[in-house]
Amino acid sequence: MKTQLKEVDNNIYNIKNKDEYSFKTVGLTEEVIREISEKKNEPDWMLELRLKALKTYNELSMPTWGPDLSELDMSKIATYVKPKTNMKKSWEDVPEDIKNTFDALGIPEAEKESLAGVGAQYDSEIVYHSIKEELVKQGVIYTDFDAAVKEYPELVKQYFTKCVPITDHKFIALHYAVWSGGSFVYVPKGVKVDIPLQSYFRLNAPGAGQFEHTLIIVDEGASLQFIEGCSAPKYNEINLHAGCVELFVKENGFLRYSTIENWSKNMMNLNTKKVVVDKNGTIEWVTGSFGSKVSMLYPMSILNGENSKCEFTGISFAGKGQNLDAGLKIVHNAPNTSSVVNSKSISKDGGICTFRSDIKVRPRAEKSKVSVSCESLMLDSISRSDTIPVNDVQTDEVEFSHEAKIGKISDQAIFYLMTRGISEEEAKAMIVRGFANPISKELPLEYAVEMNNLINLELEGSIG
Amino acid sequence: MELLNIKNLFVNAGNKEILKGLNLKINKGEIHVIMGPNGAGKSTLANIILNNPAYKIISGEIDFEGENINELKTDERARKGIFMSFQTPEEVPGISVTNFLKAAKNAKEKEPIKIFAFKKELEENMKKLNMNPSYSTRDLNVGFSGGEKKKNEILQMLTLKPKLAILDETDSGLDVDAIRTVSKGINMYKNSENSVLIITHSTKILQELKVDYVHILVDGKIVKTGTDSLASEIEKEGYAKYINM
Repeated sequence: MKTQLKEVDNNIYNIKNKDEYSFKTVGLTEEVIREISEKKNEPDWMLELRLKALKTYNELSMPTWGPDLSELDMSKIATYVKPKTNMKKSWEDVPEDIKNTFDALGIPEAEKESLAGVGAQYDSEIVYHSIKEELVKQGVIYTDFDAAVKEYPELVKQYFTKCVPITDHKFIALHYAVWSGGSFVYVPKGVKVDIPLQSYFRLNAPGAGQFEHTLIIVDEGASLQFIEGCSAPKYNEINLHAGCVELFVKENGFLRYSTIENWSKNMMNLNTKKVVVDKNGTIEWVTGSFGSKVSMLYPMSILNGENSKCEFTGISFAGKGQNLDAGLKIVHNAPNTSSVVNSKSISKDGGICTFRSDIKVRPRAEKSKVSVSCESLMLDSISRSDTIPVNDVQTDEVEFSHEAKIGKISDQAIFYLMTRGISEEEAKAMIVRGFANPISKELPLEYAVEMNNLINLELEGSIG
Repeated sequence: MELLNIKNLFVNAGNKEILKGLNLKINKGEIHVIMGPNGAGKSTLANIILNNPAYKIISGEIDFEGENINELKTDERARKGIFMSFQTPEEVPGISVTNFLKAAKNAKEKEPIKIFAFKKELEENMKKLNMNPSYSTRDLNVGFSGGEKKKNEILQMLTLKPKLAILDETDSGLDVDAIRTVSKGINMYKNSENSVLIITHSTKILQELKVDYVHILVDGKIVKTGTDSLASEIEKEGYAKYINM
């Protein structure tokens, strides 16, 4: 563990390439949207949808709860930044500085060793996409979303906006108005994808927004593990991430959706994720949120089919100047559904972690089970941690348990480790890694290592 | 050869005076025992030797191997070879006993430890302490019984091989068999180069050890020093005659 601490390279996430692009729009007007749509050469129905979303955006008001978003000025955000390259199928063809960034993030290496497919987005567009030939033969589709709109229009039309409607909230309306990039995955009936697919979203341009759309359909009896990684270098101006993830798990399907977010601390991360799970289906969410100035992120699971299951395992880490408002929503909408939530948060140097949960059990969801556990660890007395659960149970026949623990890092535990010769910094890091361990062990090994590295990075120099 | 030398030590916990001019000298190869009524300052003494931040030195000096260590941090003292077995060892979730000991050992050694030899030694020591081998993969002290926690402290002592081991009521709350195991652990560790400071209420743990000195600590000071017969006397008669001296 000690050696790992030394291996951390502080600068990986902060690589800044020159702000080069082939096309860029700033602000949010009808003209901007028409420009984006034209540049993408997309079908008319998509342009109409974007314009409708813009109208909805202008009609909806800002959230009246949660962190302060007043620093966000949409007229200044670069809504579309097309990189100086098209999508490539080989890393060799990706421009060198962009490729070097993904190299430093370990993406091509992970692709060789442990992934069945990779998508890499740089600013507003996917610059690299690949999938193993065996999967293509089995009918698996994994492509960038812009391409999917053109190549699989029927599938896209059938599912796009059907999980997350345009009218859900202001920032999802924004997303649909200016969306660009993201991944599209379809796993046909009965096909098991044993090795994970990964999409990585890198935002390089200062003052820009990233609005990728990810849509995954896991058909009947199929299974998939999908990993999403995100990061950006730090700038002095506000960047915005308002992506959207729409997931469909059909009867007997299985999907594990893992996310490691390490946005820079000038990022507003207002992301929306939702899944609809059919009979006997399973969704597993695994999330690690480290970066961003402000996050508002509440993945939603709609358990629509009998016996469907949801497991949520998440951790967030808020340091100085960070306000991470995260949690989840679950709707139990059928009998015998179950959800297990295991959430942890760590705050330090005045960081704020808020855990918000909203769990509904509908009258028809008899014999359902809900188990929620959330634990917070504060590393000092100036940091904050809140738990705001909302539970709405509309049937008597339900097993419901909710457990919340909030505590400060124990000085006695630090002392105990130090009496064994371990330095204060490493003792704290060990305790925090130990606290995070139940989450890290849910991640594939490389990502567990990355998460430990992120924890070490966050703790570096935190000893006064 | 002098190992630990405490000179006229005054220590506070918060605003409360606990140690009030304590003197104690321990040479290499010796076993010392500290007995005393509740609240006399026994645990404070153990904790201040390792610089627990809950306690503060007001005046006086702690020397280790002839060097004043008043200003050294806890981990620095530990790396010099001071160890403490806790009265109530902390539970630390998410860190296995093995990984914890590896980290501690690596912090102390100049060369990275050899994993195979380390594991083998750990296994052997656990066997000798009648510990189930599965404990090595469990989270540090989490859900351990009182007895297992104490044995785990002795296991750490055997692994880290300190020069001075301070055992703060390691025997309290243990049954006869567990106390015998702990004594066995101390005898396995003990040699002519290292020393032990045992803080205890009972003489049971002393029966199988060769004790050199017994000190009576009352109201922050050592009021009497003797040999193991003093421990037997206390066991029979209590501390009454040393209080209000």
